[in-house]
Amino acid sequence: MAAADMVRVVMVGHVDHGKSTLLGRLFYETDSLPEGRYEAIQEMCRRRGMPFEWAFLTDSLQAERDQGVTIDTTQIAFKTKKRPYMLIDAPGHLEFLRNMITGAATSDAAFLLIDAKEGIQQQTRRHARLLAMLAVEQFFVVMNKMDLVNFDQKIYRQLKSEMEVILQELGMTARGFIPLSAREGDGVAEASKRMSWYQGKNLLAALDDFTPPRSKDKLPLRLMVQDIYKFDERRIIAGRVEQGTVRVGDEVLFLPSGLQGRVHRLEQWSSRKTEPLQQVRAGGCFGMTLRQQIFVERGHIGCHKKESPAMTHELTARLFWLGKEPLRQGACYDAVFGTARHQVEVLDIYDYDEAGHKASSAVPQLPTHAIADVGLRSTGYVVYDQGARFIVRNGYEIAGGGLVLDGVSLPQEHGEKKHIFVAHTRVKDDDRHKRNGHKGGVFWLTGLSGSGKSTIATELERQLFVKGYQVFMLDGDNLRHGLNEDLDFSAASRRENIRRAGAVAALMEQAGMVVLAAFISPYRDDRITARRAAQSFHEIYIKASLDTCEARDPKGLYQKARAGDITDFTGISAPYEAPQNPECIVDSDQWTVEQSVGELMAYIEKNLDSVRRS
Amino acid sequence: MSHLERLEQESIFILREAYHAFDKMAMLWSLGKDSNVMIWLARKAFFGTIPFPVVHVDTGKKFKEMYGFRDRYADEWQLDLIVRDCPDVLAADRHLPPAAKSAARKTAGLRAALQEFQWDAVIAGIRRDEQGTRAKERFFSPRQKDGSWDVRHQPPEFWDHYHTEFPSGTHVRVHPLLSWHEIDIWRYVAQEHIPVVPLYFSRDGKRYRSLGDEDITEAVASEASTLEEIIAELEETRVPERAGRKMDHEREDSFERLRATGYL
Repeated sequence: MAAADMVRVVMVGHVDHGKSTLLGRLFYETDSLPEGRYEAIQEMCRRRGMPFEWAFLTDSLQAERDQGVTIDTTQIAFKTKKRPYMLIDAPGHLEFLRNMITGAATSDAAFLLIDAKEGIQQQTRRHARLLAMLAVEQFFVVMNKMDLVNFDQKIYRQLKSEMEVILQELGMTARGFIPLSAREGDGVAEASKRMSWYQGKNLLAALDDFTPPRSKDKLPLRLMVQDIYKFDERRIIAGRVEQGTVRVGDEVLFLPSGLQGRVHRLEQWSSRKTEPLQQVRAGGCFGMTLRQQIFVERGHIGCHKKESPAMTHELTARLFWLGKEPLRQGACYDAVFGTARHQVEVLDIYDYDEAGHKASSAVPQLPTHAIADVGLRSTGYVVYDQGARFIVRNGYEIAGGGLVLDGVSLPQEHGEKKHIFVAHTRVKDDDRHKRNGHKGGVFWLTGLSGSGKSTIATELERQLFVKGYQVFMLDGDNLRHGLNEDLDFSAASRRENIRRAGAVAALMEQAGMVVLAAFISPYRDDRITARRAAQSFHEIYIKASLDTCEARDPKGLYQKARAGDITDFTGISAPYEAPQNPECIVDSDQWTVEQSVGELMAYIEKNLDSVRRS
Repeated sequence: MSHLERLEQESIFILREAYHAFDKMAMLWSLGKDSNVMIWLARKAFFGTIPFPVVHVDTGKKFKEMYGFRDRYADEWQLDLIVRDCPDVLAADRHLPPAAKSAARKTAGLRAALQEFQWDAVIAGIRRDEQGTRAKERFFSPRQKDGSWDVRHQPPEFWDHYHTEFPSGTHVRVHPLLSWHEIDIWRYVAQEHIPVVPLYFSRDGKRYRSLGDEDITEAVASEASTLEEIIAELEETRVPERAGRKMDHEREDSFERLRATGYL
């Protein structure tokens, strides 16, 4: 039997307004309790000398039963004739808001409970706002405990109109307002005789009114890369199709790198003989091999070129904050978008008041349990679609979560953007590292003319920049145009050229930058001088045979050297002293540029102690 | 996408996230239907290879059919199998009733294995629908090094942005099957032709729905002797799955006490 699609429904509302009780009662009224459960609850209550407590169905922790309060969220399966449900009980106590959001975040629909006697309370409003924020659009408002107000229609009407005003301000519409008594069972699975004035749906009927989430198969393709596996000769890109459908033969553009590759195969494991996989649809985990070897890593987003997501360094987001410490303007946090992690700085915070009105001017900080619109600046490119979800980490703590509103900062409010890192004392290396998210370092590419140093360095620089690194490429050309314009090509001048290059690289490293220095630098001694100047020096040998380089001859220099037009040409008429013990060797004879860049990228990131990376 | 496919894909996603997050990780294999499904899912997630060891914490009191099953499939599935015995701990927790005390042995065995191998994380096949406190679990659940669970202060888990980074000294339980129900497991076993221990099928009017130690697990009345019959039975039954597991029922909070100290 093919099961109908499941709908996930969360119970929210103020503490003690009867969420768990209603769940228990719903199970009882529909004869859905597991065998022996009713008796077990009866026994628990008898032992505590209390009347029968429906909430004990889901309040499975001893502390929850002893204190009569739901602490953590629970999921319990429920079935109607129409379809299966996952009913999610969420705590209403402010202290356990993180658990409420954990339960509500994955829900398709909700019941927002209000105690008819107590009326609308703080968490009623907050939970309503969270539902709006979490995009739980299908919901009913439930007026519980009608028995405590004599099933009075006037009270129902009054609460309904109060709640409608609140919802309207939040831009929300309830599907209906259901009066009931969870404790007495009125209005749960049948119409209540004591509320004949109410003609609308009972709770059970309302449940079947919800619809399952829509398929995302036809939306623009978004692949989230989780990992790269090399268990055998295959290099498998593993991840999940967040939306859309990926097919064999698709040209996939990966962002933020901007590299493209065609899907060669969609890999799968099966114990039996199966047809090759032709497509993977939204929600499916995939493993793909590409026709070309391109550099792809965790956090990259794959898409079709025509329907690509946006990229930005600055974005606005709606955020709920649960941190032990307040969220502070100017502070840096980790923002995790699926598998991509970015270091972000908080530019400004606009919080919301009790009634849900947004503040007109920015506040310096946001306390725990509050909601705000914030401007964020990321060091790396954030690839996003509107509504993209992310979590905010402060150290090891999951301190908040949010939805991307837009990729440009709030325009009117950015007039007085403050410089955040005001250094009252000398700027320490550590401070630079913290701001950049990585240490500085000199990566010195040496090799013959035509070995590929500049090509590799140029691509590396671009990719590192896109990932948010402070990076600069130094080569013979950009130094000789200014600093070294007094130098000619004599042996002594070449030596001086390299010495100065080493010194500049070291200064830039001190300034916190990642320096890619691409110089033939044929003499070992000169490279040793450059190494001594730097703090963290990495000699990278771009190894290519003279034959290869001469065949490439991108600038026609070998031809000229062979013809004798250039004298003292490295490899032809001057020696090249190959590195004896380089930190890294790139086999330029064998590897493609993409492969070389990929290997070096991994090496560089490993050595920069990057804060961004795990 | 069908419900079963959705569950399968969720589990695969979680297994891959765990593999990325933890350098030293192992998967617990109780030889039961759930952990067989879990091994199957791992083979799918990693394209036929299981890139971490599979651990059987052996109480020595399992049914003999279970040991036969273990030896056969550890070989056939090419598992990197680690078997560790449970220490004979009598005074595990003097507040625990007898059957629970036996379960505490398993906890001690697991703890010893954690000590020995220093895993950052272990993958366990528990499900929300098995028991109330398991319904409160996270997919990635941090524990103290001794395995204890602070149920009052679980980290939040927003959407599927799992919390996978913790201070050193934290040990993490990964639960890829949390959303599965008993009937989903059987439907998947049938769909994928996953082998299971024959004790699950009815013999002489009785079958095991849940397999624990031989001395504290009881067969339940059932005529279901094929996968189809088990699925049909589960569509109708209202008897909870762990009704035959004595340790759950000795006291109101038996199971919670066990779990707080590190039981699965």
